[in-house]
Amino acid sequence: MNNNIVSRRHFINAVFVGIALIMTGIALVWLFLILGSLVINGVSALNADMFLKSTPPPGSTGGLLNAIVGSLMMTGVGMLIATPIGLLAGAYLSEYGRGSKLSDMIRFVNDILLSAPSIMIGLFVYTVAVAPFRHFSGWAGSIALAIIAIPILVRTTENIMRLVPDTLREAAYALGAPKWMVTIKIVQKSVYEGLLTGVLLALARVSGETAPLLFTALNNQFLSFNMSDSLSSLPVVIFQFAMSPYADWRTLAWGGAFLITVSVLFLNIASRLLIPQKGQA
Amino acid sequence: MTTAQTSDAAPSNTPHSASGEGNPKVQIKNLYFSYGSGDSLRNISLDLQDKSVTAFIGPSGCGKSTLLRTLNRIYDLYPGQKARGEILMEGRNLLHPNLELAWLRSKVGMVFQKPTPFPMSIYENIAFGVRLYENLSRADMDERVEWALRKAALWEETKNKLNQQGTALSGCQQQRLCIARAIAVKPEVLLMDEPTSALDPISTNFVEDLVTELSSDYCIAIVTHNMQQAARISHKTAFMYLGDLVEFTTTEKMFTAPDDPRTNDYITGRFG
Repeated sequence: MNNNIVSRRHFINAVFVGIALIMTGIALVWLFLILGSLVINGVSALNADMFLKSTPPPGSTGGLLNAIVGSLMMTGVGMLIATPIGLLAGAYLSEYGRGSKLSDMIRFVNDILLSAPSIMIGLFVYTVAVAPFRHFSGWAGSIALAIIAIPILVRTTENIMRLVPDTLREAAYALGAPKWMVTIKIVQKSVYEGLLTGVLLALARVSGETAPLLFTALNNQFLSFNMSDSLSSLPVVIFQFAMSPYADWRTLAWGGAFLITVSVLFLNIASRLLIPQKGQA
Repeated sequence: MTTAQTSDAAPSNTPHSASGEGNPKVQIKNLYFSYGSGDSLRNISLDLQDKSVTAFIGPSGCGKSTLLRTLNRIYDLYPGQKARGEILMEGRNLLHPNLELAWLRSKVGMVFQKPTPFPMSIYENIAFGVRLYENLSRADMDERVEWALRKAALWEETKNKLNQQGTALSGCQQQRLCIARAIAVKPEVLLMDEPTSALDPISTNFVEDLVTELSSDYCIAIVTHNMQQAARISHKTAFMYLGDLVEFTTTEKMFTAPDDPRTNDYITGRFG
């Protein structure tokens, strides 16, 4: 190869690497700007009252206790509903419905649900679980969050269970184990870290959802533990307070946004820590 | 179909074959197998003798693993795979659609190419299969686990760490764990699909000794890529090629004076 071609290749390579680096930089700039302003405004908004008092009327001091409690309750119940459904549906796709038309269809519909706008899910739950009872409720909020979490769980569960080599299944069947036992005791058990990762990622995803809660749990100014009543939640409070004209409300919104971001970050880190342990020799 | 296919015709003049001659545990008759299109096994007929080792050799894709997988119907897991013909054991046709698979798999154990420890403790790995068939007391189960681990020559290494994960063992130990797990349910036939191909030479030697040891109690069918291995541990050997059983005779005759020129070419390393 003559020198001309070599130096030409080096030049083109440098140009493309340069462009890729610049584009990466542009993509990351926004992330850091958002995180930066969140940290600056959010940390300064943090104080003990935020965790001890409920959302205040304009002009008085308060915190986010009612929103934190409401968020924990609704995401908790939502995940309790979604996790068994998601894990078992994923197990069906991976173990029982292999290559069948039905499972192809389920997978397709699940992918649509996965990318469905969350506001539509909120509206759907509103017509099913709010309108007939004539009041907003934490249950309705949990159902909406569960509907968002289920397709994520189905997807990750199926993908993770498929990583289990067929030889392990065959070994269990060769001993005479029935299918449900192979599925739960051998396949799911051998990738439980991965399944847990899926659950954590789904939890991280739903904990920031606003639209479905606006239509279902609405909001509650006061601390409430009643799932049958309207409930407050961090995303909805942020939504309302961030657009308000009151400075102390906006400060609380920054604090809430910071809280959510930190917990999502924590969930993501936790799920990453789980991943390297799986995949047996 | 070649004349050598009928096992009954094999001479029984070697000390090797004396152990189990005339005592067929499993009789395969006119077996055909298809993965969906075309036959991957054609008209296989042979007997597996009790308390002896039968080796299956042949180049990749010859159907030796396929044959092994028909014996415990593990192919049933994959829709589209079909076997025709007869496999007789204890008066039952193993290929019959109404055969109770749990019965079959309690009688026929299998050890795979790669070690497949279950994601549980060493103890539970063994107890898992036993619990499928028997409701043993804790003491009886302890005894069974020890018996199986001793049989698989793994007891001394693991007796103090039975609660450790099976996946934490070395490759050779994992494979012996799988052998222990298979014999713990007290099968009568043991299928081994290239059980040493993922092991180093020392471990291979270890497992081979174990197979020889076990052959006094079980009917063992072993698939191997390694002709020396077949020669070392088996009483009878079947050479398969492109889905046909080319030759089936005593191991000694197979490796000294095979009848079929294809067998001779293969064992002298001309192909495969």
